[in-house]
Amino acid sequence: MSEEKTLAKLMQDQGVTRRGFLKFCSGLATMMALPASMAPTIAEALENAKRPSVIWLSFQECTGCTESLTRSHSPTLENLIFDVISLDYHHTLQAAAGSAAEDSRLQAMKDHHGKYLLVVDGSIPTKDDGVYSTIAGISNLDMLKETAEGAAAIISVGTCAAYGGLPYADPNPTGAASVSSIIRDKPIINIPGCPPIPVVITGVLAHFLTFGKIPELDSIGRPLSFYGDSIHDRCYRRPFYDQGKFAKTFDDEGARKGWCLYELGCKGPVTHNACATEKWNQGTSFPIQSGHGCIGCSEPGFWDAGGLYQPVTASPTNISDYVAPALVAGAAAGIAAGLANRIKKASAEKKHQKVTNDDLQT
Amino acid sequence: MTTMELLTWVRGPGMTITIILMLFGIVVRLLEMLILGRKKDLSVARDPASAKYGWRTIMTRSLPSMACLKAVPVTFLTGYIFHIGLFLIVFFYVPHILFIRDLVGVEWSGLPFWVIDGATLLTMLAMLISLWYRISDKVRRYLSRFSDYFVWTITFLPVLTGYLLYHRQGLPYNEMMIVHLVTVQTFLISLPMTKLMHTFTFAFSRWYSGEAAGRKGVKV
Repeated sequence: MSEEKTLAKLMQDQGVTRRGFLKFCSGLATMMALPASMAPTIAEALENAKRPSVIWLSFQECTGCTESLTRSHSPTLENLIFDVISLDYHHTLQAAAGSAAEDSRLQAMKDHHGKYLLVVDGSIPTKDDGVYSTIAGISNLDMLKETAEGAAAIISVGTCAAYGGLPYADPNPTGAASVSSIIRDKPIINIPGCPPIPVVITGVLAHFLTFGKIPELDSIGRPLSFYGDSIHDRCYRRPFYDQGKFAKTFDDEGARKGWCLYELGCKGPVTHNACATEKWNQGTSFPIQSGHGCIGCSEPGFWDAGGLYQPVTASPTNISDYVAPALVAGAAAGIAAGLANRIKKASAEKKHQKVTNDDLQT
Repeated sequence: MTTMELLTWVRGPGMTITIILMLFGIVVRLLEMLILGRKKDLSVARDPASAKYGWRTIMTRSLPSMACLKAVPVTFLTGYIFHIGLFLIVFFYVPHILFIRDLVGVEWSGLPFWVIDGATLLTMLAMLISLWYRISDKVRRYLSRFSDYFVWTITFLPVLTGYLLYHRQGLPYNEMMIVHLVTVQTFLISLPMTKLMHTFTFAFSRWYSGEAAGRKGVKV
């Protein structure tokens, strides 16, 4: 495919009809919470967009994010977008190996300097100069800094790249860090999730191609159109929460009736993501719909935010371990203070001089 | 530190510190008061079994008294409403029950949310009226100290922030959750150090009052 071809031409070559393309644009507008009137603007922008160069760096990760993005069934919005970007470097997907692979990254960085999109999945180990993860002898830390330098924008895919994720979990032996804690001078979009929803990354890419800028983000760098609502607020089981109907175990009557999973540790109330609306596997389902509570994977530090089956109001620390010592210490201090008061009282009584008749006579 | 990390800290170490300080304070205050004791009553008791009046008074003083209703209707009504309201909110709102279950391993059924919602509104209304009464009545205003307004505030804020949290008002949910937890923690830490200690001392003072009255032959 020629890099000079526009997206419209590329889609036509793949047999996508004009009607299908416009439907795709309307879908994108809806998904990104834009007014329907924006669909023609998106269509026009995408039709004229050149095939953008994308460098995908995988660091301290499990490849789940890539699996998620490539597991969608064809034809999908995801495929349309991914078939028309120039994915110049991606460990899992590229054919090249060894120095050829690294050369392609360097070539893309040189050819598209200042214009390419950098996608990162995985956290970056920073402890001991980043020795805990290297690619072609280059530490993740150095490779990120080097590649980010010429990027137009960076997309941190997955919770590891966005917030550190599992490698960041206490005690964080590798000093895992997020992209945004290392790179501070580039626009960064966080698409957290473990893994993130495929359609969300497509939407963000489409937004970037359409408007030439990153979408509106929340305070922790997530696109508001996808992460603006909590799972709980968009959950179809929410009415059961309001009625006080909860599943107490995973196989009780409440669970079978599809009641709220709050008591079973659902983190929906404190988790912001699009699972409840976009869903997974072509909009088939999402964890809560299949009977399991949300684990809060798109939030920073979710791994250390308490047990997966602990209700969200339960404390992540084992407070009961401290109850007995607190009571014993309180008892010791209370007895000491009480005795001190008694001694003070006794001494005051002893010092008290009674008025005698003689005193009154004189 | 992100909002979520701060929330996790408040729920975890923050809540642990709170519970430790609260328990420590309660035990210290109770023991200090009990060890100091009371002056021995040297008079001959009219009823030697005066202790039973003490136990009875602990219970009977919770029952509504028509005399009190007539004498101080506003205090009487608002007092009952917000105390019962607070009891329902703290002990029968499902997320609170789950917090207690995690702490002590005991659980019971909660009430539907519309009941808690109504109780919350009534509690806030009753508390606002009682505050207004305290300020507008000259005698009550004269008798009020900073600590009275402080205790009112730290009791009112957890109810207000909890209400806003449930109804998604004011701040984003996670931020409001932090605010709610911090107000709750302020309440719990202040409990042993302020008049809120009456949560525990009411039983002792009622016992002493009942016992003293019984000893003197007063019907209680």
